[in-house]
Amino acid sequence: MKAKIYINYKEGILDPEGQTVSKALKSIGINGINDLVIGKCIELVLDTQNEQEAKKIIEESCSQLLSNPNTEVYTYEIINENQS
Amino acid sequence: MKFAVIVFPGSNCDYDAYYVVKKHLNCEVDFIWHKENLINEYDCIIIPGGFSYGDYLRAGAIAQFSKVMTEVKNHAKKGKYVIGICNGFQILVESGLLPGALITNQSTNFISQSVTLEVVNNKTKFTNIFKENQTIQMPIAHKQGNYFANSDLLKNLEDNNQIAFKYQTNPNGSKNDIAGIFNKNKNVLGMMPHPERASEILLGSDDGFNIFKSIILG
Repeated sequence: MKAKIYINYKEGILDPEGQTVSKALKSIGINGINDLVIGKCIELVLDTQNEQEAKKIIEESCSQLLSNPNTEVYTYEIINENQS
Repeated sequence: MKFAVIVFPGSNCDYDAYYVVKKHLNCEVDFIWHKENLINEYDCIIIPGGFSYGDYLRAGAIAQFSKVMTEVKNHAKKGKYVIGICNGFQILVESGLLPGALITNQSTNFISQSVTLEVVNNKTKFTNIFKENQTIQMPIAHKQGNYFANSDLLKNLEDNNQIAFKYQTNPNGSKNDIAGIFNKNKNVLGMMPHPERASEILLGSDDGFNIFKSIILG
């Protein structure tokens, strides 16, 4: 079982990297982008086939280390390879 | 007074802090490797600057789980003194010993320059030598020094006199120009500027030394 965790800044927290890249896209003539946010994507390979167990591991990892609750939010998806 | 300087993989201001305490303050000081226990009872623990664990994930995020940090937390709980400088401040914030967060500078650049600070609270163990609102000179050198706190926390910090230093000209986007804060009990100080790099007039300023002097005199 695999998991993809996406970590982004909370709304209202400055994302200077996103703003800089957004301006760079405009400067090379790519228009039509209203907002751009740069976050992190972390992939886990899990030692379980049980989705509940997987969720527990992911939530623990995110709340204890991977994300900072003061400034970041996380979402994740679980990829069950047996079903794909 | 007895000092300890914690050393993480990637610390690079550890020797500067050690040197200032030993040579200028004439106090006893030990280096403590992050995997070791505190080998003595200390009055003040310094968490120095640098790039612990390569700043991976978030600056200070991984160092907070080092073995020695449990003892640093206990030391702080007893009301004894802790000062975190630059990466040390980031570690204190990540470990929950200080509130808020330190995020990437507004400009996205690594900023290395001298800054003028205003001493906001001079009634603490770390700042008692300074006059109220005194301005002092010290260098900063960081990329993630932009102090973030939500409006409730900012109000609490102001109300509880937890703001130690403010930038006269905000270099990095920090909320309320905050350069350094105390915990509620004022026995833990975290600051982005480097007092250990401003402890000899030869280095352009010795204002930083007054923080160390305050600790032993106050």
